[in-house]
Amino acid sequence: MEMGSALIILESGLRLAIPLLCACLAGLWSERAGIIDIGLEGKMLAAAFAGAALAHFTGSAWLGLIGALLASLALALLHGFATIHRSGNQIVSGMAINMIAAGLTALIGAAWFGQGGRTPSLQGPARFEPIWLGMDALTLLALLSVPISWFALYQTRFGLRLRAAGENPSALETAGVGVAMIRYCGVMICGVLCGLGGAYLAIAQAAGFLPQMTAGKGFIALAALVFAKWRPLPSLLTCMLFGLLDATSIRLQGVSLPGLGQIPVQAIQALPYVLTVILLAGFVGRAIPPAAAGLPYVKEN
Amino acid sequence: MQSAIECVGVHKYFGPVHANCDIHLNVAAGSIHGIVGENGAGKSTLMSILYGYYEASAGTLRIKGQAVKIASPADAIRLGIGMVHQHFMLIETFSVLENILLGSEGGPLLAPGRTAMRAKLTEFADRYGLAVDPDARIADLGVGMRQRVEILKALMRGANILILDEPTAVLTPDEADSLFIMLRRLRDEGKTILMITHKLREIIELTDHVSVMRRGRMVGHFTTAQTNMDELAKAMVGRPIALDRHKPPCKAGRVILDVRDLVVRNAQGKTCVDHVSFQLREGEIIGLAGVAGNGQSEVLQALAGMCDIETGTINLDGQELDLNHMDPRRMRAKGLMHVPEDRHHHGLVMNFDAYESAILGFHRDAMYGRGLLDRSAMRSALAQDMEAYDIRPRNPQLRTRNFSGGNQQKIVLSREIEREPKVLLIGQPTRGVDVGAIEFIHNRLLHLREEGKAILLVSVELDEIIALSDRILVMCDGRIIGERTGLQTDIQDLGLLMGGVNERVA
Amino acid sequence: MRRSLPIWADVALIPLINVVAAFLISGLVVLAIGESPIEALRLMIMGSLGSPEGLAFTLYYSTNFIFTGLSVALAYRAGLFNIGAEGQAYLGGLGAALVCLALPDWPAFLLLPLAIIGAGLFGAFWAMIPGWLLARRGSHIVITTIMFNWIATSLMSYLLVNVLRAPGSMQPETRGFSASAHLPNLDGMLTGLGLKISNSPLNISFLFALIAALYVWLVIWHTRLGYEIRTLGANPGAADYAGVPTAKIIVITMGLSGLMAGGLALNEVLGAQHRLLLDFTSGYGFVGIAVALMGRAHPFGVVCAALLFGILYQGGSELAFDQPKITRDMIVVIQGLVVLFAGALEGLWRRPLLALFNLVSPHQPQTETER
Repeated sequence: MEMGSALIILESGLRLAIPLLCACLAGLWSERAGIIDIGLEGKMLAAAFAGAALAHFTGSAWLGLIGALLASLALALLHGFATIHRSGNQIVSGMAINMIAAGLTALIGAAWFGQGGRTPSLQGPARFEPIWLGMDALTLLALLSVPISWFALYQTRFGLRLRAAGENPSALETAGVGVAMIRYCGVMICGVLCGLGGAYLAIAQAAGFLPQMTAGKGFIALAALVFAKWRPLPSLLTCMLFGLLDATSIRLQGVSLPGLGQIPVQAIQALPYVLTVILLAGFVGRAIPPAAAGLPYVKEN
Repeated sequence: MQSAIECVGVHKYFGPVHANCDIHLNVAAGSIHGIVGENGAGKSTLMSILYGYYEASAGTLRIKGQAVKIASPADAIRLGIGMVHQHFMLIETFSVLENILLGSEGGPLLAPGRTAMRAKLTEFADRYGLAVDPDARIADLGVGMRQRVEILKALMRGANILILDEPTAVLTPDEADSLFIMLRRLRDEGKTILMITHKLREIIELTDHVSVMRRGRMVGHFTTAQTNMDELAKAMVGRPIALDRHKPPCKAGRVILDVRDLVVRNAQGKTCVDHVSFQLREGEIIGLAGVAGNGQSEVLQALAGMCDIETGTINLDGQELDLNHMDPRRMRAKGLMHVPEDRHHHGLVMNFDAYESAILGFHRDAMYGRGLLDRSAMRSALAQDMEAYDIRPRNPQLRTRNFSGGNQQKIVLSREIEREPKVLLIGQPTRGVDVGAIEFIHNRLLHLREEGKAILLVSVELDEIIALSDRILVMCDGRIIGERTGLQTDIQDLGLLMGGVNERVA
Repeated sequence: MRRSLPIWADVALIPLINVVAAFLISGLVVLAIGESPIEALRLMIMGSLGSPEGLAFTLYYSTNFIFTGLSVALAYRAGLFNIGAEGQAYLGGLGAALVCLALPDWPAFLLLPLAIIGAGLFGAFWAMIPGWLLARRGSHIVITTIMFNWIATSLMSYLLVNVLRAPGSMQPETRGFSASAHLPNLDGMLTGLGLKISNSPLNISFLFALIAALYVWLVIWHTRLGYEIRTLGANPGAADYAGVPTAKIIVITMGLSGLMAGGLALNEVLGAQHRLLLDFTSGYGFVGIAVALMGRAHPFGVVCAALLFGILYQGGSELAFDQPKITRDMIVVIQGLVVLFAGALEGLWRRPLLALFNLVSPHQPQTETER
């Protein structure tokens, strides 16, 4: 392949990686605090819809972003209420949020805009345009979240406590820090990051909302999270890798590679999932999740 | 002398259970104060009240003369109380430094706190002999080191009062010795230390004062220099128990279970059963005594086929067992039945109807139907046992959890005993069981012995061990450190032995 | 004082309250869209139960949900959360289709049983891999089953686009099966019962689904295997104590669970569409989670919940037809709310309800503990 097409792949790889990165960091914050979240997909979808709808009504991409963040936060708080407050099953709650978001966005979209659930096409200031090196504001925000997450997680008091909540909440409690509050914080950060990812999908990458436009990105992000072993910098690399894979698979359609023949694009699409299963099974290396992730913390007495 | 901690008339109820009853305690500042008592005496509850896990139902707490309310660990920390838990409250994936910082980071950013803490750690290392590598990961540290981190954690948060819960339970004798040196040094620096333990030797060796708890009450306060182990042991167990259960003399027959050099490691790789050997005869009850966590449970589970055996030989009824293929089902088939120590986690399924719980482990038996399970056969089998064992209410279709503790235990007992076991393994037969049922269970076991069955009994209740056993093996630290016959011994004697008093001798 | 709810409240009243709560919130959504919730409910019920055709379609949808609900419920009994019914059903479709495409000339009485076995085996296989990975390698079954759903999607889209596509067709679907591979339609039978129906997709799979429910009930409550499955799910420590071979039971349970999911292919592929279509599972596997949670992981509950969701799907389609502003996505919202209330917030009503019962009749019947 020549330089030009390599650059194009790189660029579209980055574009495809951004929503993954947001969702992956979102999952990281939640699971590091001890709350498993398989509802990343639903939160991104809700954010994408709310963002596109608000950007359309107000004509402002930034107001759209705020709408996206609020929608995602609301679902995150619902997840927090069910899993922290009520000690409900984290998987089931995430599942419910995915379903509710998938249904509500399409339903309201169809009712409001009457275009089969689509929002009208966003134009001009209703969309985020490239502002620096071909990157828009949301891309920059997403990329910035990586060092910020790293710093917050490893260099601040809050991060130390949050990681403790995910590893051994009793130890945090005996250190005199309330676990529920910290876990709520993790879940809310997760909401904000999912909101960012959803907003990117609908008002930066595309020009509006399409029903089910997340198309499983929330689940690839879960896979990426396992791959990155719940760390911020590896999350960036993994999401870039998965984004590049995605970009390549589109470019490789029908192309015959020397020595390999035609590689089915589906094989490349399935690769993140297959690799994750292999990693989870411990055939190569081992991905160890935060020790208390998935377990409700119930105070004694 | 000023007192560091005062408890005045403290009570704690858990539902109907009166875990702490009218506790009065006075711990002098700058002293080492021990609290001893049997399992379930209420020591841990009291410590939990002092550290703010539980709130006392009634009574007053004073710290340095000031009446205080301790509603959470945060309150306790603010009052200068530090706790070293028996199960360390450490985060395995964190470094030593991070663990110590947690909760006392000294600001929103970690960097300044880290630097300050490093300096403080170096200072403490010199002052108290508490050297640790701040950058080591907890997961890579041994038990003794982890405990040191726990102590440092408490000290760094400014604790003047240090509560230690069974601090030597997980330590080797050498590690325990260096812990004691450390604790004495802390006392000399003016810290107050409150230590819970079972081990009388440690009390005598280390403490200035000692308080004894029994069944939720404080039953005595002593100045260590003016007491001795006999007196403490007597206070611990209370009345010299009238054990006139008319037990017929032992008619021990041939050896039915021969265990040699049994070695078992736990999940963490620690050797918890260390070359244990004994011979159990028909018509004999052997009691395995010891403070909880000294390997008795593992002996029971290993023989029942529930955990892997490292090395050793087991000979059951003249047949050597293949230790690589131990499995509870196989053991049952060979006539070795097992009443587990914990009926909630092992012996029963609380959500099952009673008649379903009553076939657990024997659910493959043909008597419960050939192809499908024959529910009416299962029900009538339990209905019969309910008569024989006076299990109430007599309703095989009631949920297991809705029976009282004694009746649940009788369901397990009838299931295991009515199968004509060659050997019966039984753990804590009367834990959480009402008085009437205790009587019944003890008589049933003695009756079984009369029939010529062999019984291996594990219990933390010493009077139970003495009342039932023909021979008593005392375990400490995974090893058998002494043997007594039921006639020879009394509770003080066993208490001393369990406290590891002659562990060096043995 | 009562300390627990009476059984009827536990198994009937609470699920009912959950459904009502889900419907109330959905009603608010309908209101927000600017339609009348009452009218919407009326249209849904009329559309699903008000005509023989509607009823037939309702039962046709229910068939799918019985199968996937049983799949999730069965695994749940062993303490396993199988989110992979969707992918397992998809693979089940492949199994059925391969048999039908390979043996087009075989007579129905041979071909259909083989196709059914193919569907079951492929579904079971796809579920047993995550089961094995959990039993032997300790992999988290929720994550692996999610991953296997997506792997199934990729695999099937590859096969349908590149390998199995009917020659000359642009559609990612196989050629139609021969007539001997069609499962008998039930229109005739219902007409015989006095309901005149033609052209409904309701087929004999509905009866198979009921038989499957009966079979699961039998396995779970009347066999030794079921006893071990339930023991493992209710108290893993007791399973250990009893000598239950845990790893083996996990793999077998997942196999049975996948087998049930494969049943979806009977209804959709062999019964209704007579070819293998891209995404023929349409999320029915996920509905199974809602069905199982609402049905309390009991086969009878699953059948009841599946009927409710059948009404929801058929009624929802009719509703979308009559009131275009309320699309079929409404169903997914209700489904999500049911999962939320019956699953994640399970127990939300328990305490208020208990207080209510104590207010009305504080007496606790004989079943209680002594202290």
